[in-house]
Amino acid sequence: MSENKGVFIVGELLDGALAPITTELLGVGRNLAAELGQELYAILIGSGIKEVANECIFFGADKVYVIDAPLFKDYLTDSYVVALEKLNEQAKPEILLLGHTSMGRDLAPALAFKLDTGVTLDCVELSIDPDTKLLQKTKPVYGSNASAIFVFEEGRPQMAAIRFKVMQPLERDTSRTGEVIAFQPQIDESAIRGRVTNKLREEVTGIKLEEADVVVCGGRGMGGFEPFKQLEELANILHGAVGATRPPCDVKWVPDYYQIGLTGKLVSPTLYIGVALSGSSQHLAGMSGSKNIVAINRDPNANIFQIAHYGVTGEYEKILPSFIAKCKELFR
Amino acid sequence: MTSDNLQMITCVKQIIDPEVPAVVFQVDPEAKRAIQPKGVELVISDYDEVAVEAALRIKDTHGGTITVLSLGEESAKDVLRHCIAMGADDGVLLSDPLFDDSDSFTTAQALAQAIKKLGGFDLILCGRQEGEWDAGQVGSGIAQLLDIPCVTVAGKIEIKDGKAIVERVVEGGRDEIQVIRRVLVTASNEIGEPRYPPFRRIMAAKKQEIPTWNAQDIGYSAKARNKMLKIFAPVHEGQCQFIEGETSEEIGANLALKLRELI
Repeated sequence: MSENKGVFIVGELLDGALAPITTELLGVGRNLAAELGQELYAILIGSGIKEVANECIFFGADKVYVIDAPLFKDYLTDSYVVALEKLNEQAKPEILLLGHTSMGRDLAPALAFKLDTGVTLDCVELSIDPDTKLLQKTKPVYGSNASAIFVFEEGRPQMAAIRFKVMQPLERDTSRTGEVIAFQPQIDESAIRGRVTNKLREEVTGIKLEEADVVVCGGRGMGGFEPFKQLEELANILHGAVGATRPPCDVKWVPDYYQIGLTGKLVSPTLYIGVALSGSSQHLAGMSGSKNIVAINRDPNANIFQIAHYGVTGEYEKILPSFIAKCKELFR
Repeated sequence: MTSDNLQMITCVKQIIDPEVPAVVFQVDPEAKRAIQPKGVELVISDYDEVAVEAALRIKDTHGGTITVLSLGEESAKDVLRHCIAMGADDGVLLSDPLFDDSDSFTTAQALAQAIKKLGGFDLILCGRQEGEWDAGQVGSGIAQLLDIPCVTVAGKIEIKDGKAIVERVVEGGRDEIQVIRRVLVTASNEIGEPRYPPFRRIMAAKKQEIPTWNAQDIGYSAKARNKMLKIFAPVHEGQCQFIEGETSEEIGANLALKLRELI
Protein backbone atom coordinates (compact mmCIF):
# COMPACT_ATOMS: atom_id res chain seq x y z
CA MET A 1 0.00 0.00 0.00
CA SER A 2 2.88 2.37 0.61
CA GLU A 3 3.65 2.21 -3.09
CA ASN A 4 0.51 4.26 -3.75
CA LYS A 5 1.26 7.91 -4.19
CA GLY A 6 -0.28 11.04 -5.56
CA VAL A 7 -3.63 12.77 -5.65
CA PHE A 8 -5.34 12.19 -9.00
CA ILE A 9 -8.44 13.88 -10.35
CA VAL A 10 -10.56 12.76 -13.28
CA GLY A 11 -11.36 15.93 -15.18
CA GLU A 12 -14.32 16.60 -17.41
CA LEU A 13 -14.56 18.75 -20.49
CA LEU A 14 -17.34 20.98 -21.72
CA ASP A 15 -17.43 22.36 -25.25
CA GLY A 16 -13.72 21.79 -25.73
CA ALA A 17 -12.67 23.50 -22.50
CA LEU A 18 -12.29 22.38 -18.89
CA ALA A 19 -15.68 21.97 -17.26
CA PRO A 20 -15.96 24.05 -14.06
CA ILE A 21 -16.02 20.83 -11.98
CA THR A 22 -12.48 20.12 -13.17
CA THR A 23 -11.10 23.35 -11.76
CA GLU A 24 -12.90 22.62 -8.48
CA LEU A 25 -11.38 19.11 -8.40
CA LEU A 26 -7.95 20.62 -8.95
CA GLY A 27 -8.57 23.15 -6.18
CA VAL A 28 -9.44 20.57 -3.53
CA GLY A 29 -6.89 18.15 -4.98
CA ARG A 30 -4.15 20.73 -4.56
CA ASN A 31 -5.01 21.14 -0.86
CA LEU A 32 -4.99 17.40 -0.24
CA ALA A 33 -1.75 16.93 -2.15
CA ALA A 34 -0.12 19.70 -0.12
CA GLU A 35 -1.22 18.08 3.16
CA LEU A 36 0.20 14.74 2.08
CA GLY A 37 3.35 16.23 0.56
CA GLN A 38 2.51 14.55 -2.72
CA GLU A 39 1.89 15.59 -6.31
CA LEU A 40 -1.38 16.46 -8.03
CA TYR A 41 -2.26 14.73 -11.27
CA ALA A 42 -5.11 15.43 -13.65
CA ILE A 43 -6.54 12.77 -15.95
CA LEU A 44 -8.39 13.82 -19.10
CA ILE A 45 -10.26 11.28 -21.19
CA GLY A 46 -11.82 12.04 -24.55
CA SER A 47 -11.15 12.51 -28.24
CA GLY A 48 -9.22 15.44 -29.67
CA ILE A 49 -8.53 16.90 -26.23
CA LYS A 50 -4.76 17.35 -26.10
CA GLU A 51 -4.86 21.16 -26.31
CA VAL A 52 -6.79 21.46 -23.06
CA ALA A 53 -4.22 19.58 -21.01
CA ASN A 54 -2.23 22.71 -20.21
CA GLU A 55 -5.30 24.29 -18.63
CA CYS A 56 -5.12 21.61 -15.94
CA ILE A 57 -1.59 22.77 -15.16
CA PHE A 58 -2.68 26.42 -15.04
CA PHE A 59 -5.32 25.38 -12.50
CA GLY A 60 -2.91 23.50 -10.26
CA ALA A 61 -1.91 20.10 -11.64
CA ASP A 62 1.75 19.02 -11.56
CA LYS A 63 1.19 16.41 -14.25
CA VAL A 64 -1.61 15.62 -16.68
CA TYR A 65 -2.37 12.19 -18.10
CA VAL A 66 -4.16 12.54 -21.42
CA ILE A 67 -6.11 9.54 -22.69
CA ASP A 68 -7.06 10.67 -26.17
CA ALA A 69 -8.69 8.34 -28.70
CA PRO A 70 -11.88 8.29 -30.84
CA LEU A 71 -13.13 5.45 -28.65
CA PHE A 72 -13.49 7.88 -25.73
CA LYS A 73 -15.43 10.56 -27.59
CA ASP A 74 -18.65 9.72 -25.75
CA TYR A 75 -18.73 8.66 -22.12
CA LEU A 76 -19.47 4.97 -21.69
CA THR A 77 -18.98 3.08 -18.43
CA ASP A 78 -17.04 0.16 -19.87
CA SER A 79 -14.49 2.09 -21.91
CA TYR A 80 -13.74 4.69 -19.23
CA VAL A 81 -13.55 2.11 -16.43
CA VAL A 82 -11.04 -0.01 -18.33
CA ALA A 83 -8.96 3.03 -19.31
CA LEU A 84 -8.72 4.15 -15.68
CA GLU A 85 -8.13 0.61 -14.47
CA LYS A 86 -5.08 0.40 -16.70
CA LEU A 87 -3.85 3.83 -15.69
CA ASN A 88 -4.31 2.87 -12.05
CA GLU A 89 -2.10 -0.20 -12.55
CA GLN A 90 0.66 2.02 -13.83
CA ALA A 91 0.27 5.18 -11.76
CA LYS A 92 -0.92 3.70 -8.45
CA PRO A 93 -2.69 6.77 -7.01
CA GLU A 94 -3.16 7.21 -3.29
CA ILE A 95 -6.29 9.27 -3.81
CA LEU A 96 -8.57 9.44 -6.86
CA LEU A 97 -11.22 12.14 -7.11
CA LEU A 98 -14.07 12.58 -9.56
CA GLY A 99 -16.91 15.06 -9.89
CA HIS A 100 -20.36 14.09 -8.64
CA THR A 101 -21.75 14.66 -12.12
CA SER A 102 -23.68 12.37 -14.44
CA MET A 103 -20.35 10.91 -15.54
CA GLY A 104 -18.89 10.71 -12.04
CA ARG A 105 -21.99 9.12 -10.48
CA ASP A 106 -21.75 6.35 -13.03
CA LEU A 107 -17.99 5.97 -13.31
CA ALA A 108 -17.00 6.23 -9.65
CA PRO A 109 -18.92 3.23 -8.22
CA ALA A 110 -18.16 1.03 -11.24
CA LEU A 111 -14.46 1.85 -10.97
CA ALA A 112 -14.36 1.45 -7.18
CA PHE A 113 -15.87 -2.03 -7.38
CA LYS A 114 -13.55 -2.89 -10.27
CA LEU A 115 -10.49 -1.81 -8.28
CA ASP A 116 -11.83 -3.46 -5.11
CA THR A 117 -11.69 -0.18 -3.23
CA GLY A 118 -14.30 2.18 -1.82
CA VAL A 119 -15.76 5.49 -2.95
CA THR A 120 -17.96 8.11 -1.32
CA LEU A 121 -20.19 10.14 -3.61
CA ASP A 122 -21.53 13.68 -3.26
CA CYS A 123 -18.78 14.83 -0.89
CA VAL A 124 -19.12 18.37 0.39
CA GLU A 125 -15.86 18.27 2.32
CA LEU A 126 -12.58 16.39 1.99
CA SER A 127 -9.70 16.49 4.43
CA ILE A 128 -6.71 14.47 5.56
CA ASP A 129 -6.96 13.00 9.06
CA PRO A 130 -3.90 14.38 10.89
CA ASP A 131 -3.30 11.08 12.75
CA THR A 132 -4.16 8.33 10.27
CA LYS A 133 -3.41 10.38 7.15
CA LEU A 134 -6.55 8.86 5.65
CA LEU A 135 -8.92 10.81 3.42
CA GLN A 136 -11.93 11.91 5.44
CA LYS A 137 -15.03 12.30 3.29
CA THR A 138 -18.10 14.22 4.42
CA LYS A 139 -21.38 13.76 2.61
CA PRO A 140 -25.02 14.58 3.25
CA VAL A 141 -27.21 11.61 4.22
CA TYR A 142 -30.91 11.07 4.94
CA GLY A 143 -31.80 13.29 2.02
CA SER A 144 -29.43 15.90 3.54
CA ASN A 145 -31.11 15.97 6.95
CA ALA A 146 -27.72 14.93 8.34
CA SER A 147 -24.04 14.67 7.39
CA ALA A 148 -21.69 11.73 7.82
CA ILE A 149 -17.92 11.42 7.65
CA PHE A 150 -16.46 8.30 6.08
CA VAL A 151 -13.00 6.79 5.71
CA PHE A 152 -11.89 3.74 3.80
CA GLU A 153 -8.92 2.09 5.42
CA GLU A 154 -8.11 -0.79 3.09
CA GLY A 155 -8.16 -0.52 -0.65
CA ARG A 156 -6.37 1.96 -2.85
CA PRO A 157 -6.91 4.44 -4.28
CA GLN A 158 -9.12 6.14 -1.73
CA MET A 159 -11.89 7.52 -3.89
CA ALA A 160 -14.38 10.35 -3.62
CA ALA A 161 -16.74 12.25 -5.90
CA ILE A 162 -17.18 15.93 -5.05
CA ARG A 163 -20.41 17.88 -5.24
CA PHE A 164 -20.44 20.61 -7.84
CA LYS A 165 -20.06 24.26 -6.77
CA VAL A 166 -18.69 23.47 -3.32
CA MET A 167 -14.91 23.23 -3.62
CA GLN A 168 -12.85 26.28 -4.54
CA PRO A 169 -10.77 26.33 -7.70
CA LEU A 170 -7.36 27.97 -7.65
CA GLU A 171 -6.72 31.15 -9.63
CA ARG A 172 -5.76 30.37 -13.20
CA ASP A 173 -2.01 30.92 -13.40
CA THR A 174 -0.41 30.66 -16.83
CA SER A 175 3.06 30.80 -15.32
CA ARG A 176 2.60 27.36 -13.73
CA THR A 177 4.49 24.59 -15.44
CA GLY A 178 3.99 20.84 -15.46
CA GLU A 179 4.18 17.71 -17.53
CA VAL A 180 1.66 16.34 -20.01
CA ILE A 181 1.82 12.57 -20.47
CA ALA A 182 -0.02 10.75 -23.24
CA PHE A 183 -1.44 7.45 -21.98
CA GLN A 184 -2.70 4.95 -24.52
CA PRO A 185 -4.39 1.99 -22.85
CA GLN A 186 -4.92 -1.11 -24.96
CA ILE A 187 -8.66 -1.64 -24.94
CA ASP A 188 -10.40 -4.75 -26.22
CA GLU A 189 -13.32 -3.04 -27.93
CA SER A 190 -15.37 -6.20 -28.05
CA ALA A 191 -15.49 -6.02 -24.25
CA ILE A 192 -17.40 -2.74 -24.38
CA ARG A 193 -20.95 -3.80 -23.80
CA GLY A 194 -23.01 -0.82 -24.87
CA ARG A 195 -22.99 2.10 -27.22
CA VAL A 196 -24.29 5.64 -27.31
CA THR A 197 -26.86 5.78 -30.08
CA ASN A 198 -28.32 9.24 -29.58
CA LYS A 199 -27.80 12.38 -27.57
CA LEU A 200 -30.87 14.46 -26.76
CA ARG A 201 -30.24 17.91 -25.41
CA GLU A 202 -32.74 20.32 -23.82
CA GLU A 203 -33.66 23.47 -25.67
CA VAL A 204 -33.46 26.04 -22.95
CA THR A 205 -34.37 29.51 -24.03
CA GLY A 206 -33.57 32.38 -21.75
CA ILE A 207 -31.72 32.27 -18.48
CA LYS A 208 -30.36 28.87 -17.40
CA LEU A 209 -31.68 27.74 -14.04
CA GLU A 210 -28.26 26.94 -12.55
CA GLU A 211 -26.94 30.37 -13.51
CA ALA A 212 -29.96 32.51 -12.68
CA ASP A 213 -29.62 35.20 -10.08
CA VAL A 214 -33.30 34.82 -9.23
CA VAL A 215 -35.09 31.48 -9.07
CA VAL A 216 -38.84 31.05 -8.75
CA CYS A 217 -39.69 27.48 -7.77
CA GLY A 218 -43.09 25.77 -7.73
CA GLY A 219 -44.04 22.70 -5.75
CA ARG A 220 -46.75 20.10 -5.47
CA GLY A 221 -49.17 22.69 -4.10
CA MET A 222 -49.27 24.49 -7.45
CA GLY A 223 -51.88 21.93 -8.44
CA GLY A 224 -51.28 21.79 -12.18
CA PHE A 225 -49.21 23.08 -15.08
CA GLU A 226 -51.34 26.16 -15.80
CA PRO A 227 -50.43 27.91 -12.52
CA PHE A 228 -46.75 27.66 -13.46
CA LYS A 229 -47.43 30.38 -16.03
CA GLN A 230 -47.73 32.84 -13.16
CA LEU A 231 -44.30 31.76 -11.96
CA GLU A 232 -42.91 32.27 -15.47
CA GLU A 233 -44.39 35.79 -15.44
CA LEU A 234 -42.82 36.52 -12.06
CA ALA A 235 -39.46 35.15 -13.15
CA ASN A 236 -39.55 37.33 -16.28
CA ILE A 237 -40.17 40.46 -14.25
CA LEU A 238 -37.31 39.62 -11.89
CA HIS A 239 -34.96 38.50 -14.70
CA GLY A 240 -34.84 34.99 -13.29
CA ALA A 241 -35.65 31.39 -14.16
CA VAL A 242 -38.36 28.95 -13.11
CA GLY A 243 -37.69 25.65 -11.38
CA ALA A 244 -39.72 23.02 -9.59
CA THR A 245 -39.48 20.42 -6.87
CA ARG A 246 -39.71 16.75 -7.84
CA PRO A 247 -43.49 16.17 -7.66
CA PRO A 248 -44.45 18.63 -10.45
CA CYS A 249 -41.80 16.98 -12.65
CA ASP A 250 -42.92 13.46 -11.79
CA VAL A 251 -46.50 14.22 -12.87
CA LYS A 252 -45.21 16.07 -15.94
CA TRP A 253 -46.64 19.52 -15.12
CA VAL A 254 -43.20 20.84 -16.03
CA PRO A 255 -40.21 19.31 -17.87
CA ASP A 256 -37.76 17.15 -15.90
CA TYR A 257 -34.98 19.69 -16.21
CA TYR A 258 -36.88 22.09 -13.95
CA GLN A 259 -36.11 19.84 -11.00
CA ILE A 260 -34.09 21.44 -8.20
CA GLY A 261 -32.86 19.11 -5.50
CA LEU A 262 -30.45 16.46 -4.30
CA THR A 263 -30.70 14.58 -7.59
CA GLY A 264 -31.72 17.58 -9.67
CA LYS A 265 -30.10 20.94 -10.27
CA LEU A 266 -28.20 22.78 -7.56
CA VAL A 267 -28.95 26.50 -7.43
CA SER A 268 -27.58 29.26 -5.22
CA PRO A 269 -29.16 32.48 -6.51
CA THR A 270 -29.32 35.84 -4.79
CA LEU A 271 -33.07 35.35 -4.49
CA TYR A 272 -35.04 32.12 -4.31
CA ILE A 273 -38.84 32.21 -4.11
CA GLY A 274 -40.54 28.91 -3.27
CA VAL A 275 -44.25 28.78 -4.01
CA ALA A 276 -46.55 26.04 -2.71
CA LEU A 277 -43.76 23.66 -1.83
CA SER A 278 -43.26 21.96 1.52
CA GLY A 279 -39.47 22.09 1.47
CA SER A 280 -38.49 18.43 1.71
CA SER A 281 -34.88 17.86 2.72
CA GLN A 282 -34.18 16.53 -0.77
CA HIS A 283 -35.28 19.83 -2.28
CA LEU A 284 -33.47 21.91 0.31
CA ALA A 285 -30.27 20.13 -0.66
CA GLY A 286 -30.61 21.79 -4.05
CA MET A 287 -31.21 25.40 -2.94
CA SER A 288 -30.19 25.94 0.68
CA GLY A 289 -27.19 27.94 -0.47
CA SER A 290 -29.48 30.67 -1.84
CA LYS A 291 -28.70 34.06 -0.39
CA ASN A 292 -32.29 35.21 0.24
CA ILE A 293 -34.97 32.57 0.60
CA VAL A 294 -38.63 33.55 0.36
CA ALA A 295 -41.47 31.07 0.72
CA ILE A 296 -45.21 31.18 0.15
CA ASN A 297 -47.18 28.27 1.61
CA ARG A 298 -50.60 27.91 3.16
CA ASP A 299 -49.17 25.63 5.88
CA PRO A 300 -47.35 27.67 8.56
CA ASN A 301 -45.57 24.46 9.65
CA ALA A 302 -44.16 23.73 6.21
CA ASN A 303 -40.53 22.68 6.41
CA ILE A 304 -39.44 25.39 3.99
CA PHE A 305 -40.04 28.01 6.69
CA GLN A 306 -37.20 26.43 8.69
CA ILE A 307 -34.68 27.86 6.26
CA ALA A 308 -36.63 30.70 4.66
CA HIS A 309 -35.59 34.24 5.54
CA TYR A 310 -38.98 35.66 4.60
CA GLY A 311 -42.31 33.94 4.42
CA VAL A 312 -45.97 34.32 3.69
CA THR A 313 -48.54 31.90 5.05
CA GLY A 314 -51.48 31.85 2.74
CA GLU A 315 -52.84 30.38 -0.45
CA TYR A 316 -50.54 31.23 -3.34
CA GLU A 317 -53.58 31.86 -5.58
CA LYS A 318 -54.53 34.76 -3.32
CA ILE A 319 -51.02 36.13 -2.79
CA LEU A 320 -49.48 35.92 -6.25
CA PRO A 321 -51.71 38.36 -8.20
CA SER A 322 -50.93 41.40 -6.06
CA PHE A 323 -47.35 40.23 -5.51
CA ILE A 324 -46.73 40.00 -9.26
CA ALA A 325 -48.51 43.30 -9.93
CA LYS A 326 -46.37 45.14 -7.37
CA CYS A 327 -43.21 43.51 -8.68
CA LYS A 328 -44.13 44.74 -12.17
CA GLU A 329 -44.34 48.23 -10.75
CA LEU A 330 -41.11 48.07 -8.75
CA PHE A 331 -38.82 46.05 -11.01
CA ARG A 332 -39.54 47.05 -14.59
CA MET B 1 -31.38 -10.99 -24.73
CA THR B 2 -34.96 -11.92 -25.41
CA SER B 3 -37.64 -9.32 -26.13
CA ASP B 4 -40.54 -11.26 -24.65
CA ASN B 5 -41.29 -12.86 -21.32
CA LEU B 6 -38.40 -11.23 -19.60
CA GLN B 7 -37.22 -12.51 -16.27
CA MET B 8 -36.73 -9.40 -14.21
CA ILE B 9 -35.33 -8.83 -10.74
CA THR B 10 -35.68 -5.62 -8.78
CA CYS B 11 -33.86 -4.70 -5.57
CA VAL B 12 -35.68 -2.53 -3.06
CA LYS B 13 -34.98 -1.12 0.38
CA GLN B 14 -37.20 -0.19 3.31
CA ILE B 15 -36.31 3.14 4.89
CA ILE B 16 -37.61 5.73 7.34
CA ASP B 17 -40.07 7.99 5.50
CA PRO B 18 -37.89 10.73 3.98
CA GLU B 19 -40.78 13.19 4.15
CA VAL B 20 -40.18 13.42 7.90
CA PRO B 21 -40.03 17.15 8.73
CA ALA B 22 -36.57 18.34 9.66
CA VAL B 23 -37.71 19.42 13.13
CA VAL B 24 -38.60 15.83 13.98
CA PHE B 25 -35.51 14.28 12.45
CA GLN B 26 -32.85 13.07 14.91
CA VAL B 27 -29.70 11.01 14.69
CA ASP B 28 -28.28 8.64 17.26
CA PRO B 29 -24.54 9.43 17.15
CA GLU B 30 -23.67 6.20 18.98
CA ALA B 31 -25.70 3.88 16.77
CA LYS B 32 -24.60 6.04 13.84
CA ARG B 33 -28.00 6.21 12.24
CA ALA B 34 -31.26 8.12 12.36
CA ILE B 35 -33.84 7.40 15.05
CA GLN B 36 -37.21 6.35 13.69
CA PRO B 37 -39.52 9.10 15.01
CA LYS B 38 -42.72 8.00 16.75
CA GLY B 39 -45.61 7.54 14.39
CA VAL B 40 -43.39 7.78 11.33
CA GLU B 41 -43.68 4.89 8.91
CA LEU B 42 -41.11 2.78 7.19
CA VAL B 43 -41.60 3.00 3.46
CA ILE B 44 -40.10 1.81 0.21
CA SER B 45 -37.24 4.02 -0.94
CA ASP B 46 -38.48 6.35 -3.72
CA TYR B 47 -36.23 5.37 -6.57
CA ASP B 48 -36.57 1.67 -5.77
CA GLU B 49 -40.32 2.03 -6.23
CA VAL B 50 -39.68 3.71 -9.58
CA ALA B 51 -37.49 0.74 -10.52
CA VAL B 52 -40.41 -1.61 -9.80
CA GLU B 53 -42.67 0.63 -11.89
CA ALA B 54 -40.16 0.47 -14.75
CA ALA B 55 -40.17 -3.33 -14.54
CA LEU B 56 -43.98 -3.38 -14.51
CA ARG B 57 -44.17 -1.26 -17.64
CA ILE B 58 -41.90 -3.70 -19.41
CA LYS B 59 -44.01 -6.59 -18.12
CA ASP B 60 -47.17 -4.81 -19.37
CA THR B 61 -45.71 -4.59 -22.87
CA HIS B 62 -43.62 -7.73 -23.19
CA GLY B 63 -44.82 -10.11 -20.52
CA GLY B 64 -42.50 -11.78 -18.07
CA THR B 65 -41.95 -12.13 -14.35
CA ILE B 66 -40.66 -9.81 -11.66
CA THR B 67 -38.98 -11.04 -8.50
CA VAL B 68 -38.32 -8.42 -5.83
CA LEU B 69 -35.39 -8.71 -3.44
CA SER B 70 -34.76 -6.77 -0.28
CA LEU B 71 -31.97 -6.81 2.27
CA GLY B 72 -33.39 -5.83 5.63
CA GLU B 73 -35.31 -6.65 8.76
CA GLU B 74 -38.48 -8.77 8.91
CA SER B 75 -40.49 -5.54 8.47
CA ALA B 76 -39.07 -5.20 4.96
CA LYS B 77 -41.55 -7.88 3.92
CA ASP B 78 -44.13 -5.06 3.99
CA VAL B 79 -42.24 -3.37 1.21
CA LEU B 80 -41.99 -6.63 -0.73
CA ARG B 81 -45.75 -7.11 -0.38
CA HIS B 82 -46.29 -3.56 -1.61
CA CYS B 83 -44.27 -4.38 -4.74
CA ILE B 84 -46.24 -7.61 -5.24
CA ALA B 85 -49.45 -5.61 -4.88
CA MET B 86 -48.13 -3.24 -7.57
CA GLY B 87 -47.74 -6.25 -9.85
CA ALA B 88 -44.50 -8.07 -9.08
CA ASP B 89 -44.77 -11.84 -8.99
CA ASP B 90 -42.81 -12.77 -5.90
CA GLY B 91 -40.37 -11.55 -3.33
CA VAL B 92 -37.48 -12.74 -1.20
CA LEU B 93 -36.18 -11.15 1.98
CA LEU B 94 -32.48 -11.34 2.80
CA SER B 95 -32.10 -11.09 6.53
CA ASP B 96 -29.29 -12.00 8.90
CA PRO B 97 -27.45 -10.34 11.78
CA LEU B 98 -24.39 -10.62 9.57
CA PHE B 99 -26.03 -8.05 7.27
CA ASP B 100 -26.16 -5.44 10.05
CA ASP B 101 -24.01 -2.39 9.49
CA SER B 102 -23.76 -3.12 5.81
CA ASP B 103 -22.01 -0.74 3.50
CA SER B 104 -22.52 -0.45 -0.26
CA PHE B 105 -20.03 -3.21 -0.89
CA THR B 106 -21.55 -5.80 1.43
CA THR B 107 -25.09 -4.90 0.34
CA ALA B 108 -24.14 -5.35 -3.30
CA GLN B 109 -22.41 -8.63 -2.41
CA ALA B 110 -25.44 -10.04 -0.62
CA LEU B 111 -27.85 -9.02 -3.39
CA ALA B 112 -25.52 -10.37 -6.09
CA GLN B 113 -25.26 -13.69 -4.26
CA ALA B 114 -29.05 -13.87 -3.93
CA ILE B 115 -29.47 -13.10 -7.62
CA LYS B 116 -27.08 -15.95 -8.46
CA LYS B 117 -29.18 -18.24 -6.27
CA LEU B 118 -32.37 -17.19 -8.05
CA GLY B 119 -30.99 -18.53 -11.32
CA GLY B 120 -31.49 -16.75 -14.63
CA PHE B 121 -32.48 -13.19 -15.39
CA ASP B 122 -32.71 -10.87 -18.38
CA LEU B 123 -32.89 -7.54 -16.62
CA ILE B 124 -32.14 -6.23 -13.14
CA LEU B 125 -33.57 -2.93 -11.97
CA CYS B 126 -32.49 -0.92 -8.94
CA GLY B 127 -33.10 2.60 -7.73
CA ARG B 128 -30.32 5.06 -8.53
CA GLN B 129 -29.78 5.68 -4.81
CA GLU B 130 -31.71 4.97 -1.65
CA GLY B 131 -33.07 7.55 0.71
CA GLU B 132 -31.03 6.94 3.86
CA TRP B 133 -27.38 6.96 2.88
CA ASP B 134 -27.88 8.26 -0.67
CA ALA B 135 -24.74 6.29 -1.51
CA GLY B 136 -25.74 5.56 -5.10
CA GLN B 137 -23.49 2.54 -5.55
CA VAL B 138 -25.29 -0.72 -4.96
CA GLY B 139 -26.70 -1.02 -8.48
CA SER B 140 -23.32 -0.47 -10.13
CA GLY B 141 -21.75 -2.79 -7.56
CA ILE B 142 -24.15 -5.67 -8.24
CA ALA B 143 -23.49 -5.32 -11.97
CA GLN B 144 -19.73 -5.39 -11.40
CA LEU B 145 -19.97 -8.47 -9.16
CA LEU B 146 -22.18 -10.29 -11.68
CA ASP B 147 -19.98 -9.08 -14.54
CA ILE B 148 -22.86 -7.57 -16.48
CA PRO B 149 -23.14 -4.11 -18.03
CA CYS B 150 -24.81 -1.34 -16.07
CA VAL B 151 -26.61 1.80 -17.19
CA THR B 152 -27.38 4.28 -14.43
CA VAL B 153 -29.87 7.07 -13.82
CA ALA B 154 -32.34 5.93 -16.44
CA GLY B 155 -35.19 8.25 -17.40
CA LYS B 156 -36.64 5.71 -19.81
CA ILE B 157 -36.14 2.00 -20.48
CA GLU B 158 -37.42 0.16 -23.53
CA ILE B 159 -36.86 -3.35 -24.79
CA LYS B 160 -36.79 -3.76 -28.57
CA ASP B 161 -35.41 -6.51 -30.83
CA GLY B 162 -33.48 -8.12 -28.01
CA LYS B 163 -31.89 -4.81 -26.99
CA ALA B 164 -32.29 -2.68 -23.92
CA ILE B 165 -32.58 0.97 -25.02
CA VAL B 166 -32.00 3.23 -22.05
CA GLU B 167 -32.10 7.01 -21.85
CA ARG B 168 -29.59 8.17 -19.23
CA VAL B 169 -30.34 11.50 -17.63
CA VAL B 170 -27.26 13.70 -18.03
CA GLU B 171 -26.56 17.40 -17.65
CA GLY B 172 -28.51 19.17 -20.33
CA GLY B 173 -30.52 16.21 -21.54
CA ARG B 174 -30.39 12.48 -22.16
CA ASP B 175 -27.89 10.03 -23.67
CA GLU B 176 -29.46 7.03 -25.33
CA ILE B 177 -27.52 3.84 -24.64
CA GLN B 178 -28.16 0.48 -26.29
CA VAL B 179 -27.09 -2.78 -24.72
CA ILE B 180 -27.59 -6.08 -26.50
CA ARG B 181 -27.28 -8.38 -23.59
CA ARG B 182 -28.63 -8.74 -20.11
CA VAL B 183 -28.08 -5.58 -18.15
CA LEU B 184 -28.62 -3.85 -14.82
CA VAL B 185 -30.32 -0.47 -14.99
CA THR B 186 -30.72 2.02 -12.15
CA ALA B 187 -33.94 4.00 -12.25
CA SER B 188 -34.44 7.73 -11.78
CA ASN B 189 -37.73 9.50 -11.09
CA GLU B 190 -37.94 10.79 -14.68
CA ILE B 191 -39.33 7.38 -15.59
CA GLY B 192 -42.62 8.47 -14.06
CA GLU B 193 -44.84 7.94 -11.10
CA PRO B 194 -45.16 4.45 -9.60
CA ARG B 195 -48.67 3.02 -9.86
CA TYR B 196 -50.99 2.66 -6.88
CA PRO B 197 -51.65 -0.99 -6.13
CA PRO B 198 -55.35 -1.89 -6.46
CA PHE B 199 -57.02 -2.88 -3.19
CA ARG B 200 -57.63 -6.50 -4.18
CA ARG B 201 -53.94 -6.94 -4.96
CA ILE B 202 -52.99 -5.42 -1.60
CA MET B 203 -55.20 -8.01 0.12
CA ALA B 204 -53.85 -10.86 -1.98
CA ALA B 205 -50.26 -9.80 -1.31
CA LYS B 206 -50.85 -10.03 2.44
CA LYS B 207 -51.35 -13.78 2.04
CA GLN B 208 -48.41 -14.41 -0.25
CA GLU B 209 -45.57 -16.47 1.13
CA ILE B 210 -42.27 -14.59 1.21
CA PRO B 211 -39.19 -16.67 2.01
CA THR B 212 -36.31 -15.33 4.07
CA TRP B 213 -32.76 -16.23 3.08
CA ASN B 214 -29.90 -15.81 5.50
CA ALA B 215 -26.20 -15.34 4.86
CA GLN B 216 -25.55 -19.08 4.68
CA ASP B 217 -28.39 -19.62 2.20
CA ILE B 218 -26.77 -17.26 -0.26
CA GLY B 219 -23.13 -18.07 0.49
CA TYR B 220 -22.34 -14.57 1.75
CA SER B 221 -19.09 -13.84 3.50
CA ALA B 222 -18.26 -10.16 3.06
CA LYS B 223 -17.16 -7.59 5.58
CA ALA B 224 -18.07 -3.93 5.50
CA ARG B 225 -15.05 -1.76 4.86
CA ASN B 226 -16.48 1.73 4.55
CA LYS B 227 -16.13 3.19 8.01
CA MET B 228 -18.38 5.96 9.30
CA LEU B 229 -16.47 8.10 11.75
CA LYS B 230 -19.31 10.37 12.68
CA ILE B 231 -22.85 11.36 11.85
CA PHE B 232 -24.38 14.66 12.85
CA ALA B 233 -27.48 16.68 12.12
CA PRO B 234 -27.23 20.44 11.81
CA VAL B 235 -29.44 22.38 14.18
CA HIS B 236 -32.09 24.34 12.35
CA GLU B 237 -32.69 27.80 13.70
CA GLY B 238 -35.82 28.89 11.93
CA GLN B 239 -35.57 32.65 11.64
CA CYS B 240 -38.23 33.33 9.11
CA GLN B 241 -39.66 36.82 9.05
CA PHE B 242 -43.30 36.57 8.09
CA ILE B 243 -44.74 39.30 5.92
CA GLU B 244 -47.96 40.69 7.35
CA GLY B 245 -50.95 42.59 6.00
CA GLU B 246 -54.66 43.13 6.43
CA THR B 247 -55.64 41.35 3.24
CA SER B 248 -53.99 38.88 0.88
CA GLU B 249 -53.63 41.72 -1.62
CA GLU B 250 -51.75 43.79 0.94
CA ILE B 251 -49.50 40.90 1.94
CA GLY B 252 -48.62 40.27 -1.70
CA ALA B 253 -47.74 43.92 -2.20
CA ASN B 254 -45.72 44.03 1.03
CA LEU B 255 -43.77 40.99 -0.09
CA ALA B 256 -42.83 42.78 -3.31
CA LEU B 257 -41.71 45.79 -1.29
CA LYS B 258 -39.52 43.53 0.86
CA LEU B 259 -37.94 42.08 -2.29
CA ARG B 260 -37.10 45.57 -3.44
CA GLU B 261 -34.89 45.85 -0.35
CA LEU B 262 -33.12 42.61 -1.18
CA ILE B 263 -32.32 42.87 -4.88
